[in-house]
Amino acid sequence: MTVGVLALQGAFIEHEQLLRRLGQDVVQVRLPQQLSGIDRLIIPGGESTTIGKLMVAYNLLEPIRERARQEMPIWGTCAGMILLAKEITEGRPAGQPALALMDITARRNAFGRQLDSFEADVPVAEVGVEPFPAVFIRAPLIEKVRGDTRVLGTLTDGRIVAARQGRLLATAFHPELSGDDRLHRYFLDM
Amino acid sequence: METSTWKTKAGLAQMLKGGVIMDVVTPEQARIAEEAGAVAVMALERVPADIRKHGGVARMSDPEMILGIIEAVTIPVMAKARIGHFVEAQVLEALGVDYIDESEVLTPADEDNHINKHKFKVPFVCGCRNLGEALRRISEGAAMIRTKGEAGTGNVVEAVRHARQLHADIRRIQSLDEDELFVVAKQLQAPYELVLQVRELGKLPVVNFAAGGIATPADAALMMQLGVEGVFVGSGIFKSGNPAQRAKAIVEATTHYQDPKIIAEVSQGLGEAMVGINISDIPEGELLASRGW
Repeated sequence: MTVGVLALQGAFIEHEQLLRRLGQDVVQVRLPQQLSGIDRLIIPGGESTTIGKLMVAYNLLEPIRERARQEMPIWGTCAGMILLAKEITEGRPAGQPALALMDITARRNAFGRQLDSFEADVPVAEVGVEPFPAVFIRAPLIEKVRGDTRVLGTLTDGRIVAARQGRLLATAFHPELSGDDRLHRYFLDM
Repeated sequence: METSTWKTKAGLAQMLKGGVIMDVVTPEQARIAEEAGAVAVMALERVPADIRKHGGVARMSDPEMILGIIEAVTIPVMAKARIGHFVEAQVLEALGVDYIDESEVLTPADEDNHINKHKFKVPFVCGCRNLGEALRRISEGAAMIRTKGEAGTGNVVEAVRHARQLHADIRRIQSLDEDELFVVAKQLQAPYELVLQVRELGKLPVVNFAAGGIATPADAALMMQLGVEGVFVGSGIFKSGNPAQRAKAIVEATTHYQDPKIIAEVSQGLGEAMVGINISDIPEGELLASRGW
């Protein structure tokens, strides 16, 4: 199995390193033709506006949507989650380009600015009893889930930070920064 | 739940990797930068080329201007404080900027001490010309490094020099016996623990961008191929003929830095680049990179 990591901008190398430790073949995806050799795709953290624009400029949106329709598993972390969401609030006033695949509403910069970035332990029952050590950096939040989207993890106050719909996975935090590989293994089993 | 941890400070820089951070002096420029795909903007009163031209003491920007820029964009906003001016840094933290650049582009406020960056919740980026300087800044609490280059020149030669020097220093450490690292730490005037960490990682323990003189898409890709993790572009964008298009081209060249065909494509029809300055034409006392130590 080969995992693609969208490598337009952001923390793609961290995902790649973690996947390689798990013995996976990894391909960096910057152009549409690089999608053909992959079996699943991770969209990393970074700036969602930057990644979205580059996806438009290099014609990646429609080919990725097409692969999603063919049930290829896709995981978005932080900015990647925003790009997966069908609805984005607090986006740029003019709207921002996105894949719009998953029935969630994502709120950008939901916790505030960098000074409000934080670490927290998030219980994610589907990956084990131990709570997941989560790093939130200018993080988004899942305001709403719709359809058959399931909530996988919440903060203690109930706010949603991880969800899954079919073969789409979304986390508001950065599992690639915490050194815990359980969510990566979960994604590889999806 | 713990805010402003080391992981969140160094982590924001990790999220900026592969991206372009652009100097802006107005909310309108900030919007152009965001629209072009910048991962962050650096709010300042004058771009380095103008600081160089007008001389005088260069200070932290007017808080009102910084707030205007924070208001204008959704991407992270950075701002510069003078070397050693910890009150300017306190002010910038109070304004809610996302990163502080303790920068040699401004006039230093302390000729012995840099800011003790551990005392702050907001993360800092600092300049370096070599490994020793980078590790001294990290030991003071910098969560991100940029090679200095020579700001405001549109001349990439110093950025190349500093990136090559940094990477040569790292390779040298990796080639040494571990018994020799104690002396190396002394020579580098850097903490032994950080030297050891660099040897194990084969890179700095924090993200490193290039800065100072990048003016074209090819300049940005050059720095990326030399091994930096992203670029700062200062005067190079808004001192050029067509800022919006040039900014977008530099963003695309930074992403596709290994693809000369794409770099060739995006480099077409950008109009005039900023007028460059030869480093040898700058009087020694006006070199910005020699500020900080």
